[in-house]
Amino acid sequence: MPTVMELYQLLPKTNCKKCGESTCMAFAVELLSRKKKIQDCTPILEDKFKNQREKLESLLLPSEGAGETGMIVHTELCTGCGNCVVACPVDVANDPGGAAIGCAPTNDKVIFKVVDGKVIASNIRECRRFGKNRVLCYACIDPCPTGAIEFV
Amino acid sequence: MVTCTGCALLCDDIEVIVEAGRIKETKNTCLRGAGRIKGCVNRLVPSIGEQRVDVGNCIEKAAEILKNAESPMLFGFDNSTSGAQVKAVQLANKLDAIIDDTSSFCQGIMVEKVLRQEFRTCSLDDIRNKADVIIYWGSDAQDSQPRHLSRFSYFPRGEERQRGYEEDRTAIAIDVRESNTAKICKGHFYRIPLKGDRRFILALMDALSGRVPKFDGYDVQKILELSGILKKAKFGAIFAGIGLTYSIKDDAGILADLGRMLPNFHIMPMIGHYNMRGFNENLFRETGFVNSVKFGSEPVHDNRYSIAETLREKSIDVLLVAGSDPLLSLPRSIAKSLAGMQVVCIDPCVTLTSKISAVNIPAAVSGVECGGTAVRMDGKKVELSACVESGFLGDEEILGRIMEAV
Ligand code: SF4
Ligand code: SF4
Ligand code: SF4
Ligand code: SF4
Repeated sequence: MPTVMELYQLLPKTNCKKCGESTCMAFAVELLSRKKKIQDCTPILEDKFKNQREKLESLLLPSEGAGETGMIVHTELCTGCGNCVVACPVDVANDPGGAAIGCAPTNDKVIFKVVDGKVIASNIRECRRFGKNRVLCYACIDPCPTGAIEFV
Repeated sequence: MVTCTGCALLCDDIEVIVEAGRIKETKNTCLRGAGRIKGCVNRLVPSIGEQRVDVGNCIEKAAEILKNAESPMLFGFDNSTSGAQVKAVQLANKLDAIIDDTSSFCQGIMVEKVLRQEFRTCSLDDIRNKADVIIYWGSDAQDSQPRHLSRFSYFPRGEERQRGYEEDRTAIAIDVRESNTAKICKGHFYRIPLKGDRRFILALMDALSGRVPKFDGYDVQKILELSGILKKAKFGAIFAGIGLTYSIKDDAGILADLGRMLPNFHIMPMIGHYNMRGFNENLFRETGFVNSVKFGSEPVHDNRYSIAETLREKSIDVLLVAGSDPLLSLPRSIAKSLAGMQVVCIDPCVTLTSKISAVNIPAAVSGVECGGTAVRMDGKKVELSACVESGFLGDEEILGRIMEAV
């Protein structure tokens, strides 16, 4: 995942406010959290910024798969070990007789399932990082040995 | 539900979707297991020499080769059902042959200690329900038994471990490199120098008995800290990996000594091949040894009868291999002598060994195309069932028919 600084360095840095943000730095923050799109900065669409724009696009590309919750599963890294399935507190709460005790999920209320050796996330709206009582949960990120789960 | 035969965890909570006689999708297997269940691209074809023939002819030819052999050897069976292993032992007995499996160059000595009750051990279910301290020692379970941490040791809630891994369990890794398993054990990773396992055990034993541990170039505080965690454990497990076994194989008893100082701890060898423990148990029951046995007036166990030694000394003239690929897994300097003998290969897939074999007999993939039983790494007997019909014979039937014909 790129850093705010990396994105900022590629912006026009004129603080012209055309994007609706007060500074380019503020816009970079919004870009990173996917609340704004590159096109919202109209100056960067000019030809002279072509190289910078392409760089920005490629930096932001890997996150395209993220849904509204910002979770990305890098399937190519996943080994299907199931650590996230068993560790996610939502899975524990919703499937006490299955995922919570290390077995295969027994219902469709869990967030993580493994199909063909790769994890698939669903019910993401249940994730503790969202909703009004949100907490910054790391229970699927920390147990993953390969860094296959990311929030952007 | 299907049982996965991708490793010795034998996960029995697998679902498969079969379409037109083929496995289309697997649910709940790790990637390794999905590969095993979906099978290989290159199926072995029945052949004698280069010639494709009927399986029946292959079996007759194999029997003839074995019957005429001066010193035949049977090798493999770690990816075969227990029923096939029993047949293999009987066949070796009938032929006065040598029999061995991969455990002679990996975990055999550790499994033997378990079977001789020199280690205190327990079941994986005990670990899930009770363990508060688990140690992966020279083992990258995350890679070799991918669901080990999620199904049994660290992440699941257990009867006496209801509060989740962060509060209720401590996972420790002792290894020469930061493996994926060690990454998960974050704050409790003890990196030791290559071949340093024995010295580390001795230092740990010092710390446990209240002496100041000696270990050149190692932070003594860390060893004291580890010894403190182990002393407080209510139910501990040491998973002895291949890294530890290689490093202390000349004096594996030292691990038992450590075990004696840790009365709440249990030792379990980490096993890769799905039924290696089954082979060790089946041969042990028959002969009192876990591998490297020569049958004759009575069964004799000697390192001379291990696959590495028989090939190095070229002391055999015929080798029957089932479910193993010695040409791939043994060092080239030893494996090259395979070229000078007659090899009979029984396997579902084309392997390096099958390419130099005199006779190839294709087999069903156990746990997918044929059923049976197998022994999980902790000694639990697990049922395997067939989920697709392939028409290939299982190892058990192939070995049975060879036996009838010799
Ligand atoms: S529109 Fe572009 S250049 Fe203007 S402030 Fe926003 S980011 Fe900076
Ligand atoms: S962040 Fe927490 S709640 Fe959300 S999916 Fe990951 S483990 Fe589950
Ligand atoms: S923890 Fe990581 S590697 Fe394991 S199943 Fe989840 S995403 Fe895949
Ligand atoms: S951990 Fe082993 S037995 Fe379990 S699904 Fe993976 S390969 Fe199969």
